[in-house]
Amino acid sequence: MGAIRLENISAEFCLESVNLEIDDGEFVVVLGRSGAGKSTILNILAGFLEHSGNLYLDGKLINHIPTQKRGIGYLHQAIHLFPNLSVYENIAFGLKAQNFPEETISKEIEKMAKMLQISHLLQRYPKNLSGGEKQRVGIARSIVTKPKVLLLDEPLSSLDDATAKEIRKELKSLAAMFKLTVVYVTHDLEDATELASKIIYIENGKIQKITKKEVDECIYYKKTLE
Amino acid sequence: MDKSINILLKNSPILVFLLIWEVAGWIAATPLLPSFTKVVGEFYDLLISGILIENLGHSFVRVVIGYLAGGLFGIIIGILMGTNKSIETALKPLISILLPIPTLGWLPLMMLWVGINEALPIILIFICAFFPVAYATLLGIKEIPQEYINSAKALGASNGYILMRIILPLASPSIFTGLRLESGMVWKTVLAAEMFAIPTGIGALMINAESLIRVDVIMVSLMVLALMSFGFEKSIYALEKAAIGKWR
Repeated sequence: MGAIRLENISAEFCLESVNLEIDDGEFVVVLGRSGAGKSTILNILAGFLEHSGNLYLDGKLINHIPTQKRGIGYLHQAIHLFPNLSVYENIAFGLKAQNFPEETISKEIEKMAKMLQISHLLQRYPKNLSGGEKQRVGIARSIVTKPKVLLLDEPLSSLDDATAKEIRKELKSLAAMFKLTVVYVTHDLEDATELASKIIYIENGKIQKITKKEVDECIYYKKTLE
Repeated sequence: MDKSINILLKNSPILVFLLIWEVAGWIAATPLLPSFTKVVGEFYDLLISGILIENLGHSFVRVVIGYLAGGLFGIIIGILMGTNKSIETALKPLISILLPIPTLGWLPLMMLWVGINEALPIILIFICAFFPVAYATLLGIKEIPQEYINSAKALGASNGYILMRIILPLASPSIFTGLRLESGMVWKTVLAAEMFAIPTGIGALMINAESLIRVDVIMVSLMVLALMSFGFEKSIYALEKAAIGKWR
């Protein structure tokens, strides 16, 4: 389960009375220009930022639940793999922190690494990975703990087109396979049309829903993103 | 072949310096400028007689105790300041004011407060190591991007787990830099404390040699001090390589 409800959420200088409902298993893409407040929504959902209003996860108020207990996965655009840990240890980090038995950890990592085709990278350190490899490891680390909600902050922005396309496909199938509720922040229209089951457009801290067709036609893009 | 030429070229300034020293010693023919071979001979005599080992042992124990205690306490205070805003606000101005004071500036005060005893050089070395290591630890923690911490929190890690697995390792390059910079300074500090106040140790050996106009003994002491300081820094460097070389 991972249904989200934002009720009059405001954050200083960023968001203004945002109301939004995201159904369980939905893949929501949040579009908008730089500084529009897209990442602020993710930071509030993750519990990194102070806000007013109420935030619900599966009908439960989570305003005061710390990040660690929210059951979310989070991937920032710069990925931020822990440089002091090998790929294996990076992916294992969340499971170890939550005291999973070693046997379960190694099984889960093996499964995840196979799925994302990174089995050959497990002993490497992040400094020896390419951008695409880092992205795959970051995704594996975020979902291996089986979060209810996955928050992605422009995860493909630093990749070349071919790699971005490949990872976009993998993300879509992983989200479906794990029945994840995904909130995906981007300014890339291709990301939105290919991934989203719902598209949210945000400008000056206010949001509105738009259709894929509108994005396809670049109506909003021409009007507001350019 | 190339390798041996490289080694020769690299060490040639030292060889030239030793050669000039040797020749100057022979030409001057005065106890005020003993030749290099005379100093080496004196080194051997001091070693065999046990005088050098005994004094070096005193200095070494003081340096190790003061350095480890000061370094460890510096790391703890640095972590507390780096992870707790209130502690940082309370302590940082104090540390910023005390940090620039040269360690030997504390000597007269400590002589009055602590007295002239075994604790004096250890406390001075403690001060020498503490402030820079505390500051380096704080800076190391402050330089860690918040996103690492956020990612770790989102993965369900407790604050203690994040401290041990992320914050400390990522701050360690800065901590090691602080430790390495002070590894030479602590030997200078122990030398000064022993010269002024303590009757044992390499510094005391030097000051006694000065009163007997034994320049050869002074030179032996200086060479030993240089070697110890160099060895200490290299040891910290090796420790740093072993601890963080794999991922840095």
